[in-house]
Amino acid sequence: MNPAAASVRRINAIVMRYWYLLRRSFPRVLDLFYWQALDVLMWGFLSQFLAGNSSFVAKAGGILLAGMLLWDVLYRSQLGVSVGFLEEIWSRNLGHLFVSPLRATEWLAALTLVSAARTLVGLGPAVAIAALLYHFSIFDLGFPLAGFLVNLMIMGWWLGLLIVALILRYGQGAENMAWAAAMILSPISAVYYPVSIMPAWLQPVALAFPAAHVFEGMRGVMVDHVFQASSLEWAFGLNLAYLAGAGVVFLLAFNDARQRGALLQLGE
Amino acid sequence: MSKEIISVSGLTKSFGGNVAVDGISFTVGEGSVTGLLGGNGAGKTTTISMLLGLLIPTGGSISILGVDMIRHRYRALPSMNFQSPYVDLPHRLTVRENLAVYAGLYVVGRPRQRIAELAEALDFGPLLGRNYGSLSAGQKTRVGLAKALINRPRLLLLDEPTASLDPDSADRIRQYLADYARASGATLLIASHNMLEVERLCSDLLMMRRGKIVDQGAPAALIDRYGRATLEEVFLDIARAPPGALADVGGAAVP
Repeated sequence: MNPAAASVRRINAIVMRYWYLLRRSFPRVLDLFYWQALDVLMWGFLSQFLAGNSSFVAKAGGILLAGMLLWDVLYRSQLGVSVGFLEEIWSRNLGHLFVSPLRATEWLAALTLVSAARTLVGLGPAVAIAALLYHFSIFDLGFPLAGFLVNLMIMGWWLGLLIVALILRYGQGAENMAWAAAMILSPISAVYYPVSIMPAWLQPVALAFPAAHVFEGMRGVMVDHVFQASSLEWAFGLNLAYLAGAGVVFLLAFNDARQRGALLQLGE
Repeated sequence: MSKEIISVSGLTKSFGGNVAVDGISFTVGEGSVTGLLGGNGAGKTTTISMLLGLLIPTGGSISILGVDMIRHRYRALPSMNFQSPYVDLPHRLTVRENLAVYAGLYVVGRPRQRIAELAEALDFGPLLGRNYGSLSAGQKTRVGLAKALINRPRLLLLDEPTASLDPDSADRIRQYLADYARASGATLLIASHNMLEVERLCSDLLMMRRGKIVDQGAPAALIDRYGRATLEEVFLDIARAPPGALADVGGAAVP
């Protein structure tokens, strides 16, 4: 078998490993949908209330729901990568994985594929609830929606990678970062409010992350009915830089774990 | 001397100021079953981890199947495998699913057939549909061994393969390993401090103490050399010898 085909087979093996786990674990299946559905219900009611009391929300119906749905793409995408890694630690399986011919890059490719699948599958019911209960369709964003989704997913991947690197370096003590990291970035991601509302000194910090550009772009489409291609260009550019940086950080952390023998000790 | 499958030279691993493996050298010939013996903390698991590429050495070189493991381990890993009771498989996957995942990782042809062969040989066919986490220690060891054999490895590294097993289960595993080594011609390196296991399985021994190889040879030769009746007595002599009383014999070859 040629090397590329062998690589695809190993990536597929890891994808199947997560599929096997998911299909026989009801809590994990529930986790795919539960939080998004709950969030969309809460933000949907809040949107309905604010539509009668806020000119901004009234002008762009569903803007809070759109922010919530897209933010969840980033969060779920990041969780998909970092929790995928934690699953291996919890099952004390890392040692077996990395004495097999599986390369770290193949493993990461599998984790990002699983993360994308989980994110998109989990998004479905939330989008349906928003449409049925609040008559809001995320697809009204039009073709830029695809760009927004892809960018938020990529941001979730590199954020997840950095968390994996942290756990490799500091052990399970850093596990909580898997759930907290995206939340730490949420205040400066301009999900529900524009960057211009932030203090002047914070605005460059917010714009240094792709999420702020995506959500500014989303508001441009929903409020001004204008798609600013530059918002996606900035998001893509920043994402590529961060993804490359996170890849380097991960590989350094992986090699450091091999220096310290952490691949066998994590999870014990 | 048969073809060298493992060739280690000056292998060293330090964790901070603590030297876990101290410049060991040895070779292991093709088709041999070699025991890596030593007490707790002797450096057996550290040595095995370096051979597998899980741990980067501080110094020295490792060649396995003619491949420089420090630079090109992915060339040798498809022909190797490993079992340890201290490394688990995912508990929520069934035995069949776990083995299918590893068949994929090792790019095994006809994986279903291979899994069926191993289930029959290791007598765990009825367990294939059960969650790995629900198995007893003995059953997990058999499944772990099947995982280690899934790719028909030319080199099998085993870290205390029968630890925590009852005598009956341990005996069955040892018998299977002996049969497998004989039938396949594979090379086995077994880290253990179980003298019974080592006497039964191994043709050659590497005795480790405090990170060094302090003696080596066939079990019977070692027993003769120390003037003892059993390998356990030899082990105790080595373990209790005053520091400096034993020479570092690293560098000699295991035939």
